[in-house]
Amino acid sequence: MRHMAVAAALMLSTATSALAAEPVKIGVLLTLSGPPAVLGEHARDGVLLAQKALAGKMGDRDIEVVVVDDEGKPDIAAQKARDLVEAQGADFVIGPIFSNIMNAIAAPVTSGGAILVSPNAGPSNFAGKDCNPDIFVASYQNDQMPRVLAQHMNDQGIKTAYVLAPNYQAGKDSLNGFKSLYKSEVAGELYVPLGQLDFSAELAQIAAAQPEAVYAFMPGGMGVNLVKQWDQAGLSSIPLMSAFTVDETTLPAEQDAALGKLTGSNWAPDLDVPGNAEFVAAYKEAYSRVPSLYAMGGYDAVMLIESAVKKAGTEDREALRAALKAADFSSLRGEFSFSSNNFPVQDFYLTKAVKDADGSYRTSVVEKVFTAAADGYVAECPMK
Amino acid sequence: MTYMTQTLTEPRAGLAARLKLALAIFALLAVVPPLAHAMGEPFMIIIATRMMVFAIAALSLDLILGHGAMVSFGHAAYLGFGSYAVAILSRAGISDLVLQMVAAVLASALFALVTGAISLRTRGVYFIMITLAFGQMAYFFFVSFSALGGDDGVALAARSTVLGLPLLQGETGLFYVTLGLLIAAFAGLYLLTRSRFGRVLTGTRESALRMQAIGFRPLPYQLTAYVISAAICGVAGVLLANQAVYVSPAYMSWHRSGEMIVMLVLGGVGSLTGAMTGALVTVALEEGLARFSEHWRLGFGLILVLVALLSPGGLSGLLRKFNLLRDDK
Amino acid sequence: MFNLFLLQLLNGAQFGILLFLVAAGLTLVFGIMDFINLAHGVLYMVGGYVMAMMMGTTGNFWLSLTLVLPVMLVLGLALEVLVFRRLYDRSHLDQVLATFGLILVLSELVKILWGSAPLSVPMPEALSGSIALAGPMRYPVYRIAVIGVGLAVALALWFVIARTRVGMLLRAGAANRAMVSALGTDINRLFMLVFAAGAMLAGFAGAIVSPILSVDPGMGDSILILTFVVIVIGGVGSVKGAFFAALLVGIVDTLGRMFGPILLKALMDPAAAAQAGRTIAPMLVYILMAAVLFWRPTGLFGRSVAR
Repeated sequence: MRHMAVAAALMLSTATSALAAEPVKIGVLLTLSGPPAVLGEHARDGVLLAQKALAGKMGDRDIEVVVVDDEGKPDIAAQKARDLVEAQGADFVIGPIFSNIMNAIAAPVTSGGAILVSPNAGPSNFAGKDCNPDIFVASYQNDQMPRVLAQHMNDQGIKTAYVLAPNYQAGKDSLNGFKSLYKSEVAGELYVPLGQLDFSAELAQIAAAQPEAVYAFMPGGMGVNLVKQWDQAGLSSIPLMSAFTVDETTLPAEQDAALGKLTGSNWAPDLDVPGNAEFVAAYKEAYSRVPSLYAMGGYDAVMLIESAVKKAGTEDREALRAALKAADFSSLRGEFSFSSNNFPVQDFYLTKAVKDADGSYRTSVVEKVFTAAADGYVAECPMK
Repeated sequence: MTYMTQTLTEPRAGLAARLKLALAIFALLAVVPPLAHAMGEPFMIIIATRMMVFAIAALSLDLILGHGAMVSFGHAAYLGFGSYAVAILSRAGISDLVLQMVAAVLASALFALVTGAISLRTRGVYFIMITLAFGQMAYFFFVSFSALGGDDGVALAARSTVLGLPLLQGETGLFYVTLGLLIAAFAGLYLLTRSRFGRVLTGTRESALRMQAIGFRPLPYQLTAYVISAAICGVAGVLLANQAVYVSPAYMSWHRSGEMIVMLVLGGVGSLTGAMTGALVTVALEEGLARFSEHWRLGFGLILVLVALLSPGGLSGLLRKFNLLRDDK
Repeated sequence: MFNLFLLQLLNGAQFGILLFLVAAGLTLVFGIMDFINLAHGVLYMVGGYVMAMMMGTTGNFWLSLTLVLPVMLVLGLALEVLVFRRLYDRSHLDQVLATFGLILVLSELVKILWGSAPLSVPMPEALSGSIALAGPMRYPVYRIAVIGVGLAVALALWFVIARTRVGMLLRAGAANRAMVSALGTDINRLFMLVFAAGAMLAGFAGAIVSPILSVDPGMGDSILILTFVVIVIGGVGSVKGAFFAALLVGIVDTLGRMFGPILLKALMDPAAAAQAGRTIAPMLVYILMAAVLFWRPTGLFGRSVAR
């Protein structure tokens, strides 16, 4: 399918070769230093792999990718976003990883005349009142992952759940997302200080409460610590279900301690969608690690942009927005479309950590939980 | 325990040379916007604005750290107070820069008065750590402050207005306002450190005991300097919020406080020109090196280590070594 | 409830001992040599990474742990010769600048060598179980071992500093370096050894916590400030102070986090109490430090003379 399109574009390009010289500029703004750098690296590698898969071309135009590091600092990110858009003339910015950075770069990118495509962050304000015709979130809305696990617990008839998250905005959002769908009693709620190393106190509290299950949102190194300490504290009989805690970025460190642990996601390496197996194989080949949903997000963001640029070019802003909104690309997630707020409508899955024969760890689809799910903020968005 | 590396009294002529250097820096900065436009690199203005914001912050820190030997490891808190003054007031519909600055100065000064009075019971390393403690408390307060986005921070609807005029909307407007405030901060601090107050403060740095012996109680002087320093840093925070059009607790983490100390030490402690230069050079280095390599921190770290090893007194020490700040006589 | 309280007390003490393990090396360098080494946290991180690398090649926990020691000793010696010895006579601020630069250099090197993804060190089989305490609550054997090691390090440090000739020279050298040199002792060599030992202790701590904590590029950062807090609460220059301060910090942090909200509920309505508890929890150690310094401006066991 794509080959035909490329061939058609090539034919077109001979006709309009005078205009063809101008490349499509994509700024990639991700967190590439500090503790969470690995998430940014996955997304960056996903972008670069997509560029390679497109043979460096969108239609007849070259793709020019500029990767910058936001250092995890919002003010630096805002500055770099302006640099990308104003000084370097980026048409698109792919980024960021974290919600707080999204709040800082949204205005500089869109008011500078570029279009922001998020490969990961999906804060609720941009789904609701701050929705913007030039912001496309190609990943998910932050509340959706915890809702997968809440639904699963409802289905399993789990009557008492304990919830656990770091005390910052994304943590609160995550627990609220969970509680908005979970029907039974929340046995207890623990917020831990951001960056906490040792969970022995929380684990003792959970052991004393003996809930039927625990929902946790514990990204990055904190998640690794939680998972490693879970079984050690003798909690193996209580199922730990989490979001952004067990994935391909943390599994290399969690290893066997994470096996069988359940998590919610919009994608997994073994998701049965055309092109996905090839993507996973190519990513492993190029970067010697298993791709995560961050890598998938980066890859899909580029493919979304390609589908729109091919159709509408970058000059006519209204046409470009419409072409992006059509989401006429083959996502690694399968069925994919945008709601009126430019957030995705897609399926969500319950996944679990498994170990492959080659000794690598990954997540694997257990079952589909939501079909064609939109986020809960669409109604608040004035865009139609 | 003394924190000073330099001789106790600066030679007069060296001082004049430094003042000339400062004036040269201001003159150079003043031509950045036309130059940037001429070169077709308007983005340089944005970077230069950021450099000057941190130069103001570094100047404020130099008053207490350089002239008063009070090493504050929580100074970024005042950047935060300044920024949040902008965020809170603009949300309440007050977008005037002057009013926001008054609020920032008052909030910073009040916090500094209370925490300074407690912190100044301690000396040396203990002072460093107790200021860190207060800085961290402020940081975690804003992280938990859900109404203003907590850890996610809050984007500003627009930059502040000056007496109803949208003077700061363009980068050049913000640049010159920042430059004006930088020069004002420099001039004010220059006069302050030359005054009787400044001499007493420097005296307490050298020997609190001696100052007491000749009839000065150091505490009121130190506390006043601490409050003034915080107020000026609060102004830098107002500018930082306007530059980024975004406010976040990340502005006040201990990393930022540490970076401010590093800027100052890199430039040369105890000299206003040095403090300013240190901040300008640090931000420029970070911006410049990041364009070369993903691993720019390696190079930046090596530069810091080398300056520390080769040149006591930071960059001003280095200039002196190569006789660039020599006696004019 | 009472059982839970006791268990959390134990958890707090255990966290404190973990902090002391990291702080021990810093106490030596900072407390005795009066050298502000911000790079201590990074050395702790390097220890974790070296341990992970050794585990990858040898596959044997005990062998790897043993190999970490000489590697860190050599790294410590190299850093001392290249950087630190040139800074002993300089101001604290020059030391801050140099060691801040070292943090950047070493972190970036670690990232280049091992990547930025967290690494894992499996737990040795012999220590991987947990023992039953009250009811459903269990306690991991490995953590008991960590407590044991922490106590042993504390005891050894105290013995070396208080009871041996080297310790005596160190204390004398810290007070008056010229005098000790004049008496015919090569104080510079002594300081070199102390520094290398400090680096080794930091790396050892990083290695020993690697089975329970993730080895990642941020691990040094998060522990650095806490260790400084511990040393300052205890009083600079006092190993005894650092030990008790570490326990105090661990217990206050753990109990405050767990039982603070319950206490607050007695004073205000539950929602406000939960909110206040969450806001105050991360500030607890800093409030503790500010309070201690308010009452005792040179820490719990610090010299009372203003330095």
